[in-house]
Amino acid sequence: MTRTTAWRRHPLARYAVLVLALALIGVAYATLVQGSRPADAALASGKLDDVAQGKSLFQAHCSSCHGLSAEGTSTGPTLVGVGAAAVDFQVSSGRMPAANPGAQAPRKPTPRWVNEETTRQLAAYVQSLGGGPTIPSKDQVDPAMGNAAKGGELFRANCIQCHNWGGAGGALTRGKYAPSLNESSPQQIYEAMVTGPQAMPVFNDTTITPQEKRDMIAYITEVRSQRDPGGFGLGRIGPVTEGLVAWVVGISFMALVAIWITAKKRKKS
Amino acid sequence: MSELTSVPKAISGPSSFLDDRLGAGNFLKRNLRKIFPDHWTYLLGEVALYSFIILLLTGTFLTLWFKPGMEHVIYDGSYAPLKGVGMSQAYASSLEISFDVRGGLLMRQMHHWAALLFVASMMVHMLRVFFMGAYRKPRELTWLIGVILLTLALAEGLTGYSLPDDLLSGAGLRITEGVAISLPLVGTYITFFLFGGEYPGMDVISRFYSLHILLIPGILLALIGAHVVLTWVQKHTQMPGRGANNHNVVGAPFYPAFMLKAGAMFLFTFALVAGLGTFAQINPIWIFGPYNPADISAGSQPDFYMGFLEGSLRLMPAWEINLFGTAHAGTLPLSVIIPALLPMGIIMTGLALYPFLERWVTGDHRALHVSDRPRNNPHRTSIGMSAIVFYGVLWLLGANDELSANFQISLNVTTYVGRVLVLVGPVLAYIITYRICLGLQRSDAAVIGHGVESGVIKRLPHGEFIEVHTAPIDTVEDSLRAKEPVPMLPVEEDSAGIPPKGMRGPLGKLRAAMSKSYGGEKIPLDDGHGHGHDDDEHAAVGSGDDKSITRH
Repeated sequence: MTRTTAWRRHPLARYAVLVLALALIGVAYATLVQGSRPADAALASGKLDDVAQGKSLFQAHCSSCHGLSAEGTSTGPTLVGVGAAAVDFQVSSGRMPAANPGAQAPRKPTPRWVNEETTRQLAAYVQSLGGGPTIPSKDQVDPAMGNAAKGGELFRANCIQCHNWGGAGGALTRGKYAPSLNESSPQQIYEAMVTGPQAMPVFNDTTITPQEKRDMIAYITEVRSQRDPGGFGLGRIGPVTEGLVAWVVGISFMALVAIWITAKKRKKS
Repeated sequence: MSELTSVPKAISGPSSFLDDRLGAGNFLKRNLRKIFPDHWTYLLGEVALYSFIILLLTGTFLTLWFKPGMEHVIYDGSYAPLKGVGMSQAYASSLEISFDVRGGLLMRQMHHWAALLFVASMMVHMLRVFFMGAYRKPRELTWLIGVILLTLALAEGLTGYSLPDDLLSGAGLRITEGVAISLPLVGTYITFFLFGGEYPGMDVISRFYSLHILLIPGILLALIGAHVVLTWVQKHTQMPGRGANNHNVVGAPFYPAFMLKAGAMFLFTFALVAGLGTFAQINPIWIFGPYNPADISAGSQPDFYMGFLEGSLRLMPAWEINLFGTAHAGTLPLSVIIPALLPMGIIMTGLALYPFLERWVTGDHRALHVSDRPRNNPHRTSIGMSAIVFYGVLWLLGANDELSANFQISLNVTTYVGRVLVLVGPVLAYIITYRICLGLQRSDAAVIGHGVESGVIKRLPHGEFIEVHTAPIDTVEDSLRAKEPVPMLPVEEDSAGIPPKGMRGPLGKLRAAMSKSYGGEKIPLDDGHGHGHDDDEHAAVGSGDDKSITRH
């Protein structure tokens, strides 16, 4: 009898196999159902309301920095009064939950638990704490209903100091920065204006009316989806990349040409 | 060839007509056979010349549509996101050139790329001339014209960049105004003459336009002509090497060899500019938007050749002097004056004076036609490198916001590092370059002293292994042996301990000290170890019966 056969015939072997099979099925099941929403059934039947669900999500994912009742800690500010729009902006863009403390939380892929449903629940909970700006309606952020030219003037007057003429983003002091607007959804752009996330100031509805916000969204989305008429856009950050191309492509090319042209020596007679 | 001894009448008729009246035949005979030395770096200046020709051609095209006015118009062209927006006529006509004139955008882009290439190739060409010492007698005037050309090219670029009156160029204009008005006493007058009143006024675009298309290009054209004619008349310098000396020119005749090369160089320059103009977008003014003095954008940058001024402005601490402790009595804004004038002054004045300073230090009054290899004048090369580092740090830090945004470095850190680097970098560059030059001279001395490694291992009768060294090929050896010590003034004191005449005052002592340090032979060629001592292992190669040799 070899050693393997002996192991196989051990009295405990059948239990080991059973446990292993159960574990495999469990893991496979867990993996398969990961994408679906665990609270679907409950929500559909209306047994759970968003605020309660949001509170439990908050305590699981946000409370380590913002405190168990969103009162704020030394590592995170209070969320009382920030409003649903702030939650939707921060969570849907992946900025929150933050990965690590730093000058600024960057846009990143959202964690797996984040989806439209959970974001809404979380937002409802934070909204219930002390009000604040709410999530804009679909019409409020519809670029098709805005006037891009008007929005462009407002964009140049209010946004490009930090976000650059083409929304490419730019540097601020001490590691902070204005992010690129190329990935922001119209809803996120609107929410950023009303809530003023991180280093950004608030542009409330008396400073810039909802109609003007929609115009700006129309301008931003139109310009960023525009095909560059002049060829490769070089990142649309202006003379820095242009100068780089002039030297790296232009001067190197001409130097190589000069080397090539003078390399052809006359044969010695 | 014998059947072509008589020239066909169709050619001989007109050509003798011209010849009898202009003496063209003799002129051509003399000049078509003009000999040009052959080295790839000698073609770099031509890139600037050809870029200038492209600039003239594309620029003429642009003037046909451009309207240099600052009257307020409402845009109604093809670019939708600006429809109905108020702007200046200059900006509207630039948009029209970009979107509604056939080939207009291509011409605009080619003009701008050619402008970048024009300045960049001038800089590269200038560095080549500097490091090879090709500015020395009799070419100092050519060099000075070159420095003026570079300065004018910067002015030409600045005025041209401002013409479209877009938001980005407006930011540059604003800085120009800030610099002009910061000058003590004359600042307000200069600003007034430039802008015709309060900034931005209604005049600056049309004034810049005449400067940009008439005055500066006219001077540029005349000076480029003088520059090229001087080069032609004084003959081009040549690389040290086989047969080349200060009394001859070794190379190929203008016709056909050099003319073909120059022609090819023009076509390649044109191809590059056309290719970049087609495939790489430059200065997309429609994204920037029209200029409005109230708006300013992140990432506002000048074109690259102004980057060093931008960088020095960004690095400068916010210093200012309020006369008598109050702003009413007048303010001296050091934070603007110093960065605007000092680096530019150091670089341009330094360039203009260098040939004369060097001659003052070396006392070398010979007419020289053979280039130096950069390593053979280590102090000059080190000065050049530290100037490059000084310029380069300022230039790099002109883009510190883009560095910060794209490489996740704190903006403040880039400024602090830049402030240190702009002072320490040139010193480090000087020391490192000087050491590298001496190292290269040593390696040259070693090649002359005991040849180059042949890769052949030889076993000697007593069991020792040596690598056989062979003589370098003739061309290499000639160019190495052409090395001369950097000339030096007669600085040695006489037997009574009295320095020579002219070296006695404080200035004279400084001159003597500089000459002693700058001139002289640092690493003599025959100083290589192993030149013929029998106890040296490499000497053994000399006694061998193969091709290996040892030089004494």
